[in-house]
Amino acid sequence: MEKKLLRLTVNGQEYEIYINPKTLLVEVIRDYLGFTGTKRGCDTVSCGACTVIINGMSVKSCSVLAMQAEGAKITTVEGLEDKGKLHPIQKAFLDHGAYQCGFCAPGMLMSAKALLDENPNPTTWEIREGIEGNICRCTGYNSIVRAVEAVAKGNYREEHHE
Amino acid sequence: MIHDFTYLKPDSVKEALTMLSEHKDECKVICGGQSLLIVMRQGLLVTDYLIDIKRLKELDYITFDKKAGLKIGATTTHRAIEKSDVVAKHYPVLVAMEGKLASIQVRNWGTFGGNLAHADPAGDPAPVLIALKANIKMGGMNGERVMPLEDFFVDYFETALNKDELVLEVQVPVPEPKTGAAYQKFNLLESDMGVVAVAASVTLNGNGKCKDARIVLGNAGSTPKRVKRAEELLIGKKYDEALFAEAGKIASEDSEPVADIHASEEHRRHLLGVLTKRMLKKAWEKARG
Repeated sequence: MEKKLLRLTVNGQEYEIYINPKTLLVEVIRDYLGFTGTKRGCDTVSCGACTVIINGMSVKSCSVLAMQAEGAKITTVEGLEDKGKLHPIQKAFLDHGAYQCGFCAPGMLMSAKALLDENPNPTTWEIREGIEGNICRCTGYNSIVRAVEAVAKGNYREEHHE
Repeated sequence: MIHDFTYLKPDSVKEALTMLSEHKDECKVICGGQSLLIVMRQGLLVTDYLIDIKRLKELDYITFDKKAGLKIGATTTHRAIEKSDVVAKHYPVLVAMEGKLASIQVRNWGTFGGNLAHADPAGDPAPVLIALKANIKMGGMNGERVMPLEDFFVDYFETALNKDELVLEVQVPVPEPKTGAAYQKFNLLESDMGVVAVAASVTLNGNGKCKDARIVLGNAGSTPKRVKRAEELLIGKKYDEALFAEAGKIASEDSEPVADIHASEEHRRHLLGVLTKRMLKKAWEKARG
């Protein structure tokens, strides 16, 4: 089996790696590049723990062939913070108790980011739809929805570093 | 674990078809891979060559014309259809269906053509498209062919595609005036595939009687299935809830669902009856405007 060259940008850093073409994007992110914030949960496109953002779109990295990310710009949960400061969504999750065991959080945060990037003023229902692909077994979702709502309302604007 | 394969990435449809004709007995085509990678990981599918058509921009389009109707290229994502203004205007039932197909992440990467070629009998698009009288265009080295989508599905995960052919396009005709369509699946989690699903389309004539109808069942057998006996019952009839219930009873009888961990055969038949009744009523009310 011939290894293939894959070029991609993750959290602003460019990479060139040689991989077996059967490698999944989650494996590249975690095992080749060391961004272990992204979690492997169900491995069957169900739980959303492996959610990352590719070229502005949320996807489940357990079910994307890494070779299909050629030339893509990818953001993982590690790419949310800026110079040691938490992203407003991360801060809101802390304040609202939206982390419990924390396993779903890396994916949940990326789905929340993709939602707010696309629709900065979602209704509560749109927030629930925005995170429908992410399963959380601890919070019952309400604290997560409240955290995203708080960001959408602008409660964390002054902390935004941009 | 996914078995090793040789990865091929064509830059054009023509190149993809050449690769397909060369490796037809030992290759598989991947597009979004949202279904395929699961079965590959489970070891249910092993292939020597994987031909990746995800980046074929040639097949990534949605066009609409008042004569030719809607044309959707095979590599168009579910999310693109869900967000298309032209689809929302002329085929709202397609947008509603897409909005409940798996999750946003899957719709962002998964493709329309891939979904149909995978031919899971629980897939969402097929019943709706068959209710809308859609055709599917396939292509091989020897040219293209078009067939009604209802003839495309042969058996569980099997289609009429030849080994050296690709799905190229889905074509949906312009609905006749006074046509309404509706789709609903029954599931426990909104983003799941349907335990069963029903799509219905109703066209009325000038005096409000049924001119044409289609009822298509999803996950009620090995392929999406029309209930022609119930469709015929509706022709020439007036709006009548008892009639919809009768059509539901026929759908329940004529379906061939199997039992699995999600529902018994009896439960599925019951659900198909109820959903058929409801979807006919909904489609009829939409047709009436």
